[in-house]
Amino acid sequence: MYEIRIHSRGGQGGVTAARLLALAAFRDGKYATACPFYGAERRGAPVVSYVRIDDRPIRVYSQIRNPDLVVVLDPSVMEVVDVLHGLKPGGEVLINGRDRGTIQGYPARAVDLTGIALKEKLIVAGSPILNTPVLGALAKMGIISVDSAKNAIREMFTDERNVRAAEAAYQELVI
Amino acid sequence: MLTVATGNKAVAAAVKEVRPQVIAAYPITPQTEIVEQIAEYVASGELDSRYIPVESEHSAMAACIGAGITGARTFTATSSHGLLYMHEMVNWAAGARLPIVMANVNRAIGPGWNVWAEHTDAFQERDTGWLQVYVSTVQEAYDATIMAFRIAEHEDVLLPVMVNLDGFLLSHSMQSLETITPGSFVPPLHLPHAIDISNPAGYGTLTGPDEHFRFRWEIEQSMRKSVRVIAETEQDFAERFGRNYGVAEEYRYEDADVVVIAMGTLGKEAEVAVDLLRNEGVNAGSLRIRWLRPFPELDLSGRDIVVIDRDYSFGFGGILAHSLMARSRIEPYSVIAGLGGQEVTFDDIAGFVRDRKPGREFWFGVNGNV
Amino acid sequence: MTEIPKEEYVLKCTSACAGCPSSLILRYVLKAAGPDTVLVVPACCTSVIQGIFPSTALNVPVYNVAFAAAAACASGMSEALQKAGKKTNVIVYAGDGGTVDIGIQALSGAFERETDFLYICYDNEAYGNTGMQRSGSTPVGARTTTTPGGKIHAKKDLDAIVAAHNPPYLATACAAYPQDLFKKVVKALSLRGSKFIHVLAPCPPGWRFSSEMTIEMGKLAVKSGMWILYEREFGKVTINGPSKAAMIKPVPLEEYLSGQGRFKGIDRKAFDALKSQAQLRAEHLKKEADGLC
Repeated sequence: MYEIRIHSRGGQGGVTAARLLALAAFRDGKYATACPFYGAERRGAPVVSYVRIDDRPIRVYSQIRNPDLVVVLDPSVMEVVDVLHGLKPGGEVLINGRDRGTIQGYPARAVDLTGIALKEKLIVAGSPILNTPVLGALAKMGIISVDSAKNAIREMFTDERNVRAAEAAYQELVI
Repeated sequence: MLTVATGNKAVAAAVKEVRPQVIAAYPITPQTEIVEQIAEYVASGELDSRYIPVESEHSAMAACIGAGITGARTFTATSSHGLLYMHEMVNWAAGARLPIVMANVNRAIGPGWNVWAEHTDAFQERDTGWLQVYVSTVQEAYDATIMAFRIAEHEDVLLPVMVNLDGFLLSHSMQSLETITPGSFVPPLHLPHAIDISNPAGYGTLTGPDEHFRFRWEIEQSMRKSVRVIAETEQDFAERFGRNYGVAEEYRYEDADVVVIAMGTLGKEAEVAVDLLRNEGVNAGSLRIRWLRPFPELDLSGRDIVVIDRDYSFGFGGILAHSLMARSRIEPYSVIAGLGGQEVTFDDIAGFVRDRKPGREFWFGVNGNV
Repeated sequence: MTEIPKEEYVLKCTSACAGCPSSLILRYVLKAAGPDTVLVVPACCTSVIQGIFPSTALNVPVYNVAFAAAAACASGMSEALQKAGKKTNVIVYAGDGGTVDIGIQALSGAFERETDFLYICYDNEAYGNTGMQRSGSTPVGARTTTTPGGKIHAKKDLDAIVAAHNPPYLATACAAYPQDLFKKVVKALSLRGSKFIHVLAPCPPGWRFSSEMTIEMGKLAVKSGMWILYEREFGKVTINGPSKAAMIKPVPLEEYLSGQGRFKGIDRKAFDALKSQAQLRAEHLKKEADGLC
């Protein structure tokens, strides 16, 4: 089982990112669950969502303690949340923003999702949309296929700019 | 069709397939998505129902009752405080013999405000004459909602059915979902006591002790008959759509020396704990109880039993544990865990089994050996 | 004169008290509504008046429902009947307790949703079914079993609350004026949406007057100006004849109060409050009827 924890702020689309990722994995023929951890958070508060991907039905509902991958949609949450908490040895980090090399010994891949969203003018209520471009980056990392990433986006959104943003993230992420 | 959905969206999708004539509901966290999705279906024309955006849960159930007595199929959804606020009408629905289907997204009861999973809300309605089923996956939420209509509306039952799903853990979790077209699986509702203008009758008039007593007995008779109706409905569902449920779901149960019994999502998490224990050489199994009413007759003799209650009756004990003690004459290790969304992992559940003390009660996370 | 149908829907076997205004009101309501009608009745005197299972004195379907739930139950019924393509009248018949107190939330919700139904509140100004405890509709100065010294608070202005929902039709009526009531029910049922009729029900045991005096007491209520007969159609107020006359030359309030045991020994303060409230109400309605506000 591959376990992913997504850090973002309320309103940035972390929950939708988790759901898109689960949908894409499902379209890849895998079992997947997406569970947001709901607190009393409101817009702007740090939030966490979880995605599990497996070849067998998933029966675990408790929170992910030891993720294989941590995705940080908003790097500013790193100032208030230990995003690496429980990350498995050999685990990976994907960060929205500039390249940081490694973080505490973990390889941290970086891609400017905000820049990609702004370039495509993917802005809702003043905030850039990060949940669709991040799927392109996750496809580049081999967690989901490119086709499934695009199909998942098209199942949830009609605006083709979302797919273009995912393609851009795929191109820009250096593996 | 194969898709993915949250537990809430799965319930709404099931309701869309069964097409109630009237839906009355009031939003409450974490049920809100059900109401929003149904409002969306009705607004878009995908669902040709009358949707009544009532001003309270008490009125939601009252509106379902008023619609139901005309012979209409009805649905509502609620959670926690909403369920308790409609308590009076929950009783009324059963007494009026109306096959209303309600989804309840299990949530703790305040104070303080807590929006996370707990079963005490629905357990407090267990004596009202409603059938109650508890589900553990998105698919099961969908399937159970469809089956609930057929079971409720069966001429031998004619009692309301409550479909329970854990708040957030299931209501907001996205999993795969295979939708179906129920077709003749859910036949049109025929309510024998529906209002008939050409044959005026009084409903719920002043009723003396003897008649009242007989009506209560009739509810119990129907509740007993519902055991067979549930079995037949689930079997027919399995034959048509390929998914089989039953009153309780067994996992590595046959040869188990120690059995974990739980409900809802904890019942699924327990299966992972069972695998963990088996790897350690412990002959563990699990049993996920699905139907709280009618409560199942289970032969649990000759095994150690660990019951996890995500509920509590103060001054008494875990309601599931005590129900099993009364019905199946067991002396379980009674674990109280997960109240108010308390995190309970498969590791924790495996720990309950390893540390079990039959006959004792244990409150998880508060050093609570009783 | 209006032709009142001969058909009876309140049969001669009710268990109402002698001189009961409620069964009289209901008799005319149902004559006006006709047989294609369902009544929704919350806990009130009518719960008892209709008889004990398996008998019923009412010859239309009657759905008895919990105290707070009448308007909500009617909402569901109205929607379901429309969905089934039926034109059946849905009429709530509720007492003042079930309307101004415990049922007001459901009433407000149903009116806000423009539910297609008629809500009739028969108002005997206390919880009559349980032996005359105060309700929000009890007038100041009236003695009830829970206001043994006379009520110190004013009667809740139910009509103003309902009017705030802008219903297509709102009217008051009185058990002593059955023809007026009949016409108002007919008119209300000819309109779509949420209609409301508030009927004064002088209650012999509750108000403590002898049972042959019901009609007389109702007439005195109107003639003294304590109860004003009027209609509010799409917001436009019309004061009906008997109340117009009362506004010109009212019967002294003492005449209305002195015949009722519940006002025995009413103090000056309460009397003045009753009188000034009645006058204010009349003046306000008159202004509205004259288009001045």
